[in-house]
Formats: sequence, structure tokens, C-alpha cells
Amino acid sequence: MDITDLRIISTVAALITFVGIWVWAWLGRNKKDFEEAARLPLEGDEE
Amino acid sequence: MSNNQVEMFYDDWAIRKFAVMAVVWGVVGMLMGVIIAAQLAFPELNLGLPWTSFGRLRPLHTNAVIFAFGGSALFATSYYVVQRTSQVRLAFPLLARYTFWGYQAVIVLAAITLPLGYTQGKEYAELEWPIDLLLLVVWVMYALVFFGTIANRKIKHIYVANWFYAAFIIVVALLHIVNSAAIPSEWFRSYSAYSGAQDAMIQWWYGHNAVGFFLTAAFLGMMYYFVPKQAQRPVYSYRLSIVHFWGLIFTYMWAGSHHLHYTALPDWTQSVGMVLSLILLAPSWGGMINGMMTMSGAWHKLRDDPILRFMIVSLSFYGMSTFEGPMMAIKTVNALSHYTDWTVGHVHSGALGWVGFVSMGSLYFLTPRLWGLKQMYSKKAIELHFWLATIGVVLYISAMWISGVTAGLMWRAINEDGTLTYTFVESVKAMHPFYVIRMIGGLMYVSGMIIMLWNVIKTVQMGQATPAKIPAAAAHA
Repeated sequence: MDITDLRIISTVAALITFVGIWVWAWLGRNKKDFEEAARLPLEGDEE
Repeated sequence: MSNNQVEMFYDDWAIRKFAVMAVVWGVVGMLMGVIIAAQLAFPELNLGLPWTSFGRLRPLHTNAVIFAFGGSALFATSYYVVQRTSQVRLAFPLLARYTFWGYQAVIVLAAITLPLGYTQGKEYAELEWPIDLLLLVVWVMYALVFFGTIANRKIKHIYVANWFYAAFIIVVALLHIVNSAAIPSEWFRSYSAYSGAQDAMIQWWYGHNAVGFFLTAAFLGMMYYFVPKQAQRPVYSYRLSIVHFWGLIFTYMWAGSHHLHYTALPDWTQSVGMVLSLILLAPSWGGMINGMMTMSGAWHKLRDDPILRFMIVSLSFYGMSTFEGPMMAIKTVNALSHYTDWTVGHVHSGALGWVGFVSMGSLYFLTPRLWGLKQMYSKKAIELHFWLATIGVVLYISAMWISGVTAGLMWRAINEDGTLTYTFVESVKAMHPFYVIRMIGGLMYVSGMIIMLWNVIKTVQMGQATPAKIPAAAAHA
């Protein structure tokens, strides 16, 4: 295995990771957690 | 106060200092910009002195606006956002104070050494090695404070704004160390560790990722906190924020070679840069759309909220310049645009329009709250600032578009017998009126910034720096 193989592997791994993150983010079961997270800046202010 | 009581308050010392200095350096840096714009229109203004010549003042302008103004605004907002969304006091408060004094020292050293002609000759990385080392120390302290605060957080989830700030801190460290690597020969003189086309590629890997992570990711962090705050609405799509964050992270690193089209760089490297730049449009617009849509249902607020208007116009310019950028990275377009004022117009559409406006909006939000007030001293002054800045940017970039395309077309015009239609000086003459318009646009932009400085000073005088309490509910969690 030479450096070119390593480059190919790391590029493909990066692509798969990114697509994985995308799929994970779009899974329905995260919806409630994301809604809570989105409200974070609006909470906890004493204004 | 006992230790326990101190823990109940946020640590805003460095935030107050950085927020005010951002505005001060904004005025200084933008004024330098107007001066060098005037020098281009009227060369006599170089004064015939080496210290006041365009070549030495131009890096002073870019360093002052990007690193002094933008950097100070980022320190201030990141320290604020990381505390508020983690509901915990800043980690290592003493280090946070050192980052303030250390970073200001870097800026002052830049302002002294650049006019004296000490430079590594790399665009946006001009500072000589002793200053580079000082900046490295400051940056390590910054990372300790920021990530230490994240580690101490009382909220389980790390809010998306912090992800953007974190990426900015890590990548800027990486870029700075790699691109500034040099062999020192004496104090304030050194030679790059790289040579030839590799040196050029490393420089533009640095340069483009400085745009990507200093001027984009970090200010998106600002956007993801202050736009929802000012609009009083949560982010439109949290999952979009996650996907476009990782999209930017995976794509930006590859785009830098578009700065070296038609050079000695291998052709395939140029093509990779072009293709990845085109892909970059998607994650960039993901952020723009997310920010814009956060406003949906609250558009009426724009009518009487100039701060929100700053933020929305900034997102519009972000959208425009991230469309223009990929387009200019296409080799055939670049053949026309490169080395012309089109590039200068593009950079300023991003810098004045996006980075400037989102910083101003966020600082207008932040300043009264840091001094125990609800609003800035004068809302009318914010309105005036908004219109001066908006008209200034539009004048600036449209002048540069026309000047750039005109020059590009004149340079490539060829007579039937193969000779050039125009001499170079004819293109310079054609550009001259637009240089004057650009100077007027810049003058309007800096006038708005001076009004902001006045407004900030008045607000600080009116208010009082009071420690902000960490919400009690979270303290128990």
C-alpha cells in the first residue's frame, strides 16, 4: 500500500462520514432533541 | 465575594474590552482602507515616502480590518456565546484577560512593523516570525479558555454556534502554524520554509481557508446566536445547520487552488480547486437560507429594528458573495476576472457586506447588555449607520465590478493582426473614475463606523458594567 492508496481511502472515508452525518441529521427520532437545541439561545436570559 | 458566589456570575471582563476595541480598530482599519483607495485614485497621496506608500499601507489595512476589527469582534462574541449557551462561567478567567492584552499587542506590533517594511511577503500572513510566535501563544490560551468552558458546561448539548467557533479556533491554529513556518535569519527577517509552486499552494491553502474559517465559519457562529436572539425566534432548521457545518468543513480545505488558475501549479490541482469551489456553493447557501428563514414570520420586525436589518443585509451579502465566489473559480470566468478589480469587489462584498454587517449587528446587540442596559444610546444613530454602510457597500462593489470587467475585456481585446487593442495605461485610465467612486463608497462606510464608535462611547458612559447572573435553574442541573 502506498501513499496514493491512503489518499483514496481517506477521501472515500470522508465522503462516507459526511453522508452518514447527513442521514443521521435527517432521522426522525432526532427531531425533538434538535428543537430543544434550537431554543438554547432563547432560554436562560434574565431579561 | 466567596468562590461560590463568583461561580454564579458570567465573566464578561474580556468581552467588554474586546467589544469596544473591535469598534476602535474598525474605524482605524477602514480609515486605512479609504486612504489607500484615495492613493490609487490620486497617486500623489503616497507622499513619496516609503512608510506611507501603498505597498506598506495595504497590508496594514487588511490586517487591521480582518484581524484587529474582525478578530476582536470574534473574541468578544465567542466568549459571550460560549458562556450563555453553556450556562457556565468562562474557564481560566486570567487566561481570557491575557488573550485580550496579548492580541492587542499583536495588533500594535503589526501597526508598527508593517509601515516599516518588515514583512514575510505572504498575503494576510505578513507578520514576521516573533509576532507570529506571540500570536501562537495567544491562540493556545484562547483555545484553552474556549474549550475549557465547553468542558465545564452545564447544558448537555453543545449549541451549533459553538461548533462554528470551535472549527475556527482549531483551523486558524493549523493554518497559522503551517503557512508561517519560516527560517529566521535575524529579528524581523525570515525565509519561507517552502519554495516555488509549493510555497504558492500553501499560501493559498492558507489564504482561502482564512476566508473559510476566519471570515466565514466564525462569523456564522456569530450569526447562529445573535440572529435568533435579535429576532426572538429559534434557528429555522437545526438539522440543516449540522449538515451545512460538516459540508463546509469537508469542502473548504480543497478550494484554495482556485487562487492560482493559469499559474505554474499543476493543471489538475487547479481543476480540483475549481470543482470543490463549485460544490462549496451548497453548504454556503445552507447557512444563508437557515439565517434568512429564521426570520420567517418575523419579517415585520425589520421595519423598526435597524439591528435586525444589519443582520439580514449581512446574510444577503453572504449569499451573493458565496454565489459569486464559485462562479469566479470557474477557469473560463477566472480568465477574465483574475488580476482585475472584480476580485477586489468580490472580497469587499464579503468583507464589508457579510463580515462587517453581522459584526456591527451583533455588537449593537451586545454592547448595551454588557453595560446593564436594554438598548444602545441612540437608535437613530444605528439607522443612520445602517444606511451609510449599505449605500457605501453598494457604491464600492458596483464600481469594482464595472472597473474589473472593463479592464479584463480591454486586456484581452486583440486586433485582427494579433496585436493588443489597448495599452495597459489605457485600461488604467478607464478604471480611474471607478476608483474615485470606490473611495466615496469607502468614505461612507467608515463614516457609519465613526457614528457607531460615538454611539458605543455614549452607551458605555450611560451604563454600568454589572456582572450578569447565571440562570439559577441551570446552576442546579
